Amino acid sequence: MSGPEHHSQVWTYRTPRARLLIWTGWVALVALFVWCWQLMTRDTIWFFVQDAPRQAVDIGSRMVPPRWEYVPELLVPMWDTLNIATLGTIGGVILAVPVAFLAARNTSPSPRLLRPIALFIIVASRSINSLIWALLLVAIIGPGILAGIVAIALRSIGFVGKLLYEAIEETDPLQVEAIEATGASGAQVLNYGIVPQIMPAFWAISTFRWDINIRESTILGLVGAGGIGLKLQASLNVLAWGQVTVILILILGTVIVSEWVSARIRHAII
Amino acid sequence: MSQPAYPTAWRRPPQIVKDRRWRLALQIGILAYLVLAIGSLEVNWERVAIGLERGQRFVMGFLQPDFASRWSDISRGLVESLTMTLTSTVVGVLISVPIGIGAARNMVPRPIYLVCRGIIAVSRSLQEVIIAIFLVAMFGFGPFAGFLTLSFATIGFLAKLLADDIEEIDETQAEAIRATGASWWQLVNYAVQPQVMPRLIGLSLYRLDINFRESAVIGIVGAGGIGATLNTAIDRYEYDSAGAILLIIIAIVMVAEYGSSYLRKFLQ
Repeated sequence: MSGPEHHSQVWTYRTPRARLLIWTGWVALVALFVWCWQLMTRDTIWFFVQDAPRQAVDIGSRMVPPRWEYVPELLVPMWDTLNIATLGTIGGVILAVPVAFLAARNTSPSPRLLRPIALFIIVASRSINSLIWALLLVAIIGPGILAGIVAIALRSIGFVGKLLYEAIEETDPLQVEAIEATGASGAQVLNYGIVPQIMPAFWAISTFRWDINIRESTILGLVGAGGIGLKLQASLNVLAWGQVTVILILILGTVIVSEWVSARIRHAII
Repeated sequence: MSQPAYPTAWRRPPQIVKDRRWRLALQIGILAYLVLAIGSLEVNWERVAIGLERGQRFVMGFLQPDFASRWSDISRGLVESLTMTLTSTVVGVLISVPIGIGAARNMVPRPIYLVCRGIIAVSRSLQEVIIAIFLVAMFGFGPFAGFLTLSFATIGFLAKLLADDIEEIDETQAEAIRATGASWWQLVNYAVQPQVMPRLIGLSLYRLDINFRESAVIGIVGAGGIGATLNTAIDRYEYDSAGAILLIIIAIVMVAEYGSSYLRKFLQ
């Protein structure tokens, strides 16, 4: 007695049809990649690309030793950078809270009209990087710290708003119902039913965004929006690579410290 | 015997900082910081007042975007951005897969683990824009420098998340494969890959989305793409063209976000 011969004796994970489909997908991806690559490198000057290792060595040799005497000049811009990040975060959070309540399905006063508007605000703010916001604001309200703060605030609305409205939608409806049963008004329901539930998430999101904002505010000066980026731009313009090294080390240190602080705070809250 | 009077008013208990003294100290600290920080702001209100009129023009430009008059520049920038996004994501994913496997503690010996984690840390701690400045200085202006920047940034992001994912795989499946006498490569292929593949694809799509957003930024420092076009438009005070570019960016990001979340749902 022999088993059914028409079955393949080797186990395979997928049917031939599925394998064919997957292979077609991969070939299409490779073709798309090659096409994009050719389109992208149409105007590339390959001489510069071949020259790059030499340039890298050249810049690297100019970057050491770091010019440590430059540090005192950097302290005030660093303070400005911290202020841009912190005040911008506060502003962004204040603006984001009402947007989040409008965008959450369970608290939005009019899901038909206001919710799409709030969602659009969130998407628009999220899709435009803070550097682009800064570029616009420097053109509009002039160079300086204020442009940086407003740029950070505008960018933070989307991030904080999105995470916060998701937190609001995940709240426990039973607690809200319990508050409603006491005859509480709409504002009281929000205040006693929803706010206590989202408070930890709110602080965690805010500190997380603050940490990201420190990172982003270090480069806002490249377009004139104040902070340590201004010094970076100035040093790059005069090719003072030793100063660039010092600035980069300082930025790296600040970012690591702020990340540690925000991780500690979030750990303590959650 | 008199009963202690029941409290008639209720105050909500503090949620986060429970100690009263700590709360007070925190509040004073925050207040002091705010006074200092706002005191050190130097705002030229005259300039801001002048700017408000410009701001109005910008809002008008945003409401009545002008796609036509700079269309050739805009479309060139867009093509650069989109091609840069795709190529850098593909290359970044290809490089970050081996690094991600190397950075998983349960897959490799300790020295390799440390080297790969080091690469990830370097790539994650540097801002895209700062990397772009250096790569533009080395490779010259244009989308090639942008492509390299985005690929480099993709490695840090994807390799870290992939490594964390591999460290959390179901060990029993890996042990089952090991028990068959499988080699290391077979282990990766049959125990790890099926477990992390859906997430890897999801993360790659998410990174595609991020790379497009970033490609709009690094153009400001000369790495090609739609950011360069936007920068030029703002420098020329052509707010209607700038508005058009911003609307295009928002539209593409929205499409990418919904598309990638749909695809991820479909794949999982």
